[in-house]
Amino acid sequence: MEKIEFNYPEAKRLITKRAHVGVVGSGDMEVLLEPNREEGAQVFITTSVNGFGDAWKAVFDRFFSKFDGAVRIDINDAGATPGSVLLRLEQAVEVIEQ
Amino acid sequence: MNEQIGLRGRAWFKALTGSDTPNGGDPNSVLATTATIENQQSLFLCVVPDKSSRFPCVRDGQVGLEEAFTLATHVRTAIAEDRDKPREAKRPIIAIVDVKSQAYGRREETAGIFFAAAVAADAYASARMAGHPVISLIAGQAFSGGFLTHGYQANRILAFDDAGIVIHAMHKDAAARITRRPVAELEKLGHEIAPMSYDVRDYAKLGLLFKLLHADDPQHPTSNEVAEVRNSIQQAIADSRKGKLDLSNRWESDAAITMRKGTLAVRAALEAQWFNE
Amino acid sequence: MNAPTLIPDFVNRKSFIELDARARAQSLFDESTSKELVGPFDRIESPWLAKQGIAPQSDDGCIVIKGKIGGLSAVAIAFEGAFQGGSVGEVSGAKMTAALDLATEDSEAGKPTAAILLLETGGVRLQEANLGLAAVAEIISSALALRPHAPVITIVAGTVGCFGGMSLVAGLSSYTIMTREARLGLNGPEVIEQESGIDEFDASDRALIWAIHGGEQRVGMGLADVLVEDDAGKIAAAVRDCVHKGVPEKHRSEQVELYRARIAALDTSSQIDLATLRRQWADPQGGVR
Repeated sequence: MEKIEFNYPEAKRLITKRAHVGVVGSGDMEVLLEPNREEGAQVFITTSVNGFGDAWKAVFDRFFSKFDGAVRIDINDAGATPGSVLLRLEQAVEVIEQ
Repeated sequence: MNEQIGLRGRAWFKALTGSDTPNGGDPNSVLATTATIENQQSLFLCVVPDKSSRFPCVRDGQVGLEEAFTLATHVRTAIAEDRDKPREAKRPIIAIVDVKSQAYGRREETAGIFFAAAVAADAYASARMAGHPVISLIAGQAFSGGFLTHGYQANRILAFDDAGIVIHAMHKDAAARITRRPVAELEKLGHEIAPMSYDVRDYAKLGLLFKLLHADDPQHPTSNEVAEVRNSIQQAIADSRKGKLDLSNRWESDAAITMRKGTLAVRAALEAQWFNE
Repeated sequence: MNAPTLIPDFVNRKSFIELDARARAQSLFDESTSKELVGPFDRIESPWLAKQGIAPQSDDGCIVIKGKIGGLSAVAIAFEGAFQGGSVGEVSGAKMTAALDLATEDSEAGKPTAAILLLETGGVRLQEANLGLAAVAEIISSALALRPHAPVITIVAGTVGCFGGMSLVAGLSSYTIMTREARLGLNGPEVIEQESGIDEFDASDRALIWAIHGGEQRVGMGLADVLVEDDAGKIAAAVRDCVHKGVPEKHRSEQVELYRARIAALDTSSQIDLATLRRQWADPQGGVR
């Protein structure tokens, strides 16, 4: 198991809602997305699969290139692929932007 | 080690009640009798191996269909006979536990062993909730569904403290296979993570036990050891008579405050939110 | 236009099994009456999984939702089968016990509160072994304490089934609702094959597995009560029925003599014939009264 953290200080837009999507099932993950109490956005990942820090970074760099909300994101991961990570993130954003 | 299963249970049943013959009409795998503990007529129950059981998958001391229904019958009879007595006069029910597991058989699954086990657990819990002190004495093994059927609904649980005592959700070999860990690693893990441990002294840290007992050779108890155990059963009876009828003593125990933080946190949070409408 | 009448039922049907545990539980309640308690944002996770290198889940795979069903107070407690096989850990188990205890407290205070247990579980979580087993014993006790006041209704819907210690909870429920896809038993086929050999149980024989453990057989032999299609609307309706029926006069698991006699009458010289058993047990004497 590995814990990974990222910060995206440029993501400053105020967010008021929160969202929870996904299940920590094999090849899947859960996302908790909520307004951040700190400046900018923060990401906290707990994953059962070690050694994919770069892949996580690439996914979140891509995500925050389009999304600018000041959110805290917590992820519990049981081996989701980068594709399903992005999908889950988009689902969570859909909930808070409704 | 398998040959040992049930021998300790039988030895303690005999030591505490003076008999070890099954009742007419019961399967040979269930011992049930009334005997006294400190002048109180008490119902003693034990499951023992029956090499000639008509259910092949219980012959090594597993708890199967007949065992579950027979236990339930005796417990329900005691409840009915003591129905009109005040709480302090309800007879104690002593479950002597030395069970390898539940029965792993097709006949059992077909005829609903899940339900039979529920019937026995229901009977024991109903006795407890009706005010009977229900005491478990773990004399040997107490595995998973076998223990849920026979003993785990007790107000108070007593266990010996030696290496022959194993209280667990699954046998070591099976747990190693399913979690894909070697047995040695599983044993090491048990020392770090108390609920995983196969050592009764780690189990005692979880706060589920009333007391650990000792006998030098629990299969052949001395008269002093028997007297000690009687004394501890008596203490457990007295303690349950003045305690609550539910199982809250298990998560409110001193040990649970350290070892069951998750349980206590989730109970507190749920209670706060439940009434906050 | 007659075309719509040609659309078979299953096209419009909303599968219950395809929903996750949270959505299943939510689907049972009267509209806008339900509220989740101790949800993901409370973050009460398993304290034991991370120590063993396994990512936890923020609700520990147990979802508690309180609200009204058919106008009556109810709490649904659902195990998420996709997280650790729906296994009972310290936290998920304690959550179920606590919700049952609170339902009992409300019931005793004059507000009967039914409990609906959505059991999609292989049993005790082995990584939390003894605390999982202890939690099952506590769930059993708390379900029995609620049962005289308000019905305890178990739903076994999905293909994970309900096995291990939690099968006892189904066994003592006031009512058990099953789909054809669901299975209910103490030991799964793989465990039996492992412990007692392939001659005892061939775990690859899917037809045999469902013939023994499947919803149709369990309801047919009177050890479960309602067989429903995998349809969220129909399952919600079945739950409403059970909530309205209330506490049965006599629970199945109190009928010791009847079932003890039935076990005594079994011919155990060979494996038990499933159709015969169903015929013999499916009489009105048994079941929930």
